[in-house]
Amino acid sequence: MSRIGVFVCHCGENIGATVDCKKVAELSAGLHGVVHSVDYKYMCSDPGQTMIKDAIKEKKLDGIVVAACSPRMHEPTFRKAAQESGLNAFLCEMANLREHCSWVHLKDDSTTEKAFELIHMLVEKVKKNKPLFPIKVPVTKTALVLGGGIAGIQSALDIANSGHQVILVEKDPSIGGHMAQLSETFPTLDCSQCILTPRMVEVAQHPNIKLITYAELEAVEGFVGNFKVKIRQKAKSVDEKICNGCGDCTTKCPIKKIPDEFNAGMGYRAAIYVPFPQAVPNKPVIDRAHCTWYLKGGKCGLCEKVCPTGAINYQQEDEILTFEVGAIVAATGFDIKGTDFFPEYGYGKYKNVINGLQFERLASASGPTLGEMKRPSDGKTPETIVFIACAGSRDSAKGIDYCSKICCMYTAKHAMLYKHKVHSGKAYVFYMDIRAGGKNYEEFVRRAIEEDDVSYVRGRVSKIYERNGKLIVKGVDTLLNSMPMEIEADMVVLATAVVANHDSEQIAQKMHISYDAYHFFAEAHPKLKPVETNTAGIMLAGACQAPKDIPESVSQGSGAASKVSCLFSQDVLTREPLIAEVNRSAPPLYSTCVGCFLCQSVCPYMAIETEEIRMRDGSLIKEVARINPGLCQGCGTCVALCRSKSIDIHGYTHQQIFSEVVALFNRREEYETV
Amino acid sequence: MKQFEPKIIAFVCNWCTYAGADLAGTSRLKYAPNVRIVRFPCTGRIDYQLILKAFENGADGIIVSGCHPNDCHYTSGNFYARRRWIVFKSLIDFMGFDNRRMYFSWISAAEGAKFASFINEVTDSIRKLGPYTDYSNLRKIGVGSIGEEL
Repeated sequence: MSRIGVFVCHCGENIGATVDCKKVAELSAGLHGVVHSVDYKYMCSDPGQTMIKDAIKEKKLDGIVVAACSPRMHEPTFRKAAQESGLNAFLCEMANLREHCSWVHLKDDSTTEKAFELIHMLVEKVKKNKPLFPIKVPVTKTALVLGGGIAGIQSALDIANSGHQVILVEKDPSIGGHMAQLSETFPTLDCSQCILTPRMVEVAQHPNIKLITYAELEAVEGFVGNFKVKIRQKAKSVDEKICNGCGDCTTKCPIKKIPDEFNAGMGYRAAIYVPFPQAVPNKPVIDRAHCTWYLKGGKCGLCEKVCPTGAINYQQEDEILTFEVGAIVAATGFDIKGTDFFPEYGYGKYKNVINGLQFERLASASGPTLGEMKRPSDGKTPETIVFIACAGSRDSAKGIDYCSKICCMYTAKHAMLYKHKVHSGKAYVFYMDIRAGGKNYEEFVRRAIEEDDVSYVRGRVSKIYERNGKLIVKGVDTLLNSMPMEIEADMVVLATAVVANHDSEQIAQKMHISYDAYHFFAEAHPKLKPVETNTAGIMLAGACQAPKDIPESVSQGSGAASKVSCLFSQDVLTREPLIAEVNRSAPPLYSTCVGCFLCQSVCPYMAIETEEIRMRDGSLIKEVARINPGLCQGCGTCVALCRSKSIDIHGYTHQQIFSEVVALFNRREEYETV
Repeated sequence: MKQFEPKIIAFVCNWCTYAGADLAGTSRLKYAPNVRIVRFPCTGRIDYQLILKAFENGADGIIVSGCHPNDCHYTSGNFYARRRWIVFKSLIDFMGFDNRRMYFSWISAAEGAKFASFINEVTDSIRKLGPYTDYSNLRKIGVGSIGEEL
């Protein structure tokens, strides 16, 4: 005979306003095996938890159902409360009355009935629950940081400084990310390179950091504390250990007209190249897609001839590196839309319509124009420049509903930088709203408007076309009664939308983490777990989660590092014991498993082993499957597949699940007959 | 006359559809209150005997929903679920079972709106089909009891 306790939470008004919690508690008290049933305003509060703990002790409960929010939210809270009062944590179940009932239905009898049925299902389930004990696993105190932008750099440095080993993997030949491309940064207008490059050097020199550039994530296996990662080191075709970074090869390379990624296509680079002079590591790589040696079967070879150290190695191959790590920080960054995304602004055909990142390179002292304001088409100084904010962002017609967050600020910065360089020039900014939330941000925008005389026009630009060498920008000023405007501009800068990297979906799939509709990585909780993912041991940092500016990326990088350090401060981790098990029984059967081993073929973790059951004299009785508890992750695929029903999974056993289903409908029959 | 309210049971995975249903909640999207969710670690865990069990006990419709292909938290569980679903569905179709009452879908953790609209669609179409009595009638006359040994 079970002694189950039911605790119905009002969650303030969240559940209480649509579900009659009092009635639900009363109905629950009538369920078979329920000996205690109460409702309370906030179950998760201290008095609420005390209420549960007291009831467990006083009523000698052997299972509890907390009917409150989603178990994804508070299951650990209530399991802990149960544990503290002497009840095994896994004898606590949660009925999801908030997310799955009160928030999605109207105040009605059917909603209250649903709430009660959800509780009933869980009451029947918890009756079949068995005490389980957490599994202890060791922790590998090495972290993998994916992405060497500012978020990844910050994360790597913080983890390394707390005394743990870090492997920093970057897909480009140099770390630095987008921040290295920026000219000045808002709201202080300090030079981006000047604040970033010392950090990059620190990463390269840190004894706890192993830097791997020009490499990509290949696969992730394992679980928190015990990941096994495979990294593809792309062939650099230059032996890093021998190369002294003299740069002779890059100046002699005959293929010089390759659009330069670092300069956002505004300049050119050679086929053997260092992305930018301050690169870390400052060693070149060969771009095999453009190099003559690879395209024309061994011709050219000039770089090999000029290299004083003999570091060029055309035959180098991609290498798969395997590491064991305990935690992963994903800091893979973002991308921005190109101007070709905008048919109304010329599909990227007009040379003088550029995006924000290209403007950064034009304004940068290390850029293709050495910081002089020259327009791409003819190198003339633009006398009239138009900035268009929200190009793509907040535009459902473009499929991008979100705000890209950084554009308002960098557009103000761009306009300011332009005015500082071209005093006689005229700068217009077309905007929808100015979103300048952040320390000193609003002041910065005011400065652009008031001190630097940038004309802010509230309205959208409908079309841009060329006429007599000028770009005609047709817009509207909504603060002047939607007065149409036509500006003859020399250059237009689109603050194009921040989007997820084109391969972010594949990366998320490799790591088994969730991502949102826009392919940004999903955090575990929007407010309370903004750094963790739903996969334990994998954290997020920077704009791979959502558009972010530098201070936010740095904060999240540090946040992720601190989460990793917390994890590494333990020598042993405990893991939920919700894993599968092959049954064992008394001789002569030993197990209902017949040893077909179909389960082995579906297990994604290779957790199923062969166990031989032998007589004392060593003769074999039968071979059965055995699940290695250290490897099993509890997906349960083998459970559903097993033909003799010999495998069961703790926490979701056949008995538990069937009880849930049967409970739901048996109650209904009663309901109908009454 | 009071409108027929079908009883629908949804077998969903913890990582995608359960979270998607949570998102529908946090977004306060309204949908029909006819569905009861049973949480599984993965759609790969779902034993399709449960579907028969649910129908046997009087369900009017069932839903199986999990992560999109390639998004499975456990790498491949949803592929096995899909494969078994295809075989299972054609098997019970062959047996003369009305499989218009069975729905399979991919709903990710980010698709709260899709979850809400999917539940509404399924509820509407099962409401049109009316109560499902064939299987529970069998039970009443004492034929068939699936999974009872468990």
